[in-house]
Amino acid sequence: MKTLVYLVIGTFFGIVMYKSEAASWFRIYEMFEFGSFHMYGIIGSALAIGVIGVQIIKRNNIKALGGEAMELKPKAMSIPRYLIGGILFGLGWALAGACPGPMYVLAGAGFSSILVVIGGALLGTFVYGLMRSKLPH
Amino acid sequence: MEWISNPWPWYVSGPLIALVMFVLLFVGKQFGMSSNLRTACSIGGAGKAAEFFNFDWKKERWNLIVVLGAIIGGFVSANYLSSNTVDINPEVESKLESYGITSSGEAYLPTEIFGSNSLNDPKILAILIIGGFLVGFGARYAGGCTSGHAISGLSNLQLPSLIAVIGFFIGGLVMINFIYPLIF
Repeated sequence: MKTLVYLVIGTFFGIVMYKSEAASWFRIYEMFEFGSFHMYGIIGSALAIGVIGVQIIKRNNIKALGGEAMELKPKAMSIPRYLIGGILFGLGWALAGACPGPMYVLAGAGFSSILVVIGGALLGTFVYGLMRSKLPH
Repeated sequence: MEWISNPWPWYVSGPLIALVMFVLLFVGKQFGMSSNLRTACSIGGAGKAAEFFNFDWKKERWNLIVVLGAIIGGFVSANYLSSNTVDINPEVESKLESYGITSSGEAYLPTEIFGSNSLNDPKILAILIIGGFLVGFGARYAGGCTSGHAISGLSNLQLPSLIAVIGFFIGGLVMINFIYPLIF
């Protein structure tokens, strides 16, 4: 039953990513050229609703299904980790024109070249795991 | 039938992404796509090479099901719900043409980079591998990607996520403005 719920959420997410064109290389390029409000509108409206909803959840202490606390733990503070990691991610996002969610969506859409990007992302994740103790966090 | 294949405007798409995040919170999970890459490495046996991959990946199986759904969603959209073309700002379009990328308005992804023949070009192959590598490495270093930081983290007013998102844009702007003119 739970598996079916996650499958439905994922399928819905995949359709939203594709239909919103957030999975399109062209839209990512256009965003970094400040050529259209489209991507900013998507992220901005998701955030506006997200911020309000999370505040409502916190102020009313709303629990997840089954009575557990929702996954809203604060993240540990650091500057180098988020800034350097973020910059490297941004370089890749603009170079490949896809972030992780859309990569899976594009694979389903039949773009076989995206498998090369996913392979690169797996390799990058693996190399991070190897180097982790030597990087500033 | 045009209304089916037309793209969704931002004011429909953004709220639906927020909905995905809230449904996951409601079932006790957190919206984040890049952690699946770590899970995949663990399943592949990366725990033998690095401690980072020694964790109970079975607890993350739910997120792999979400990925499976995203793949299905992509298949359904591309085959039944989309004209698979993306129209962008004409000024951006002409800038892309100066880079030799002329497929905007005719394709969902540039055929010059993602077309079936482009993998024979070592330069394009390098772009795809290095782009993917940076996404994977950077997302894990920063502890999240667009979904984990820009949507989940910022919705929860997390300063670390704001720093990460500023980093995403610094990296993206450097790539588009300084590195694209060198590679295209």
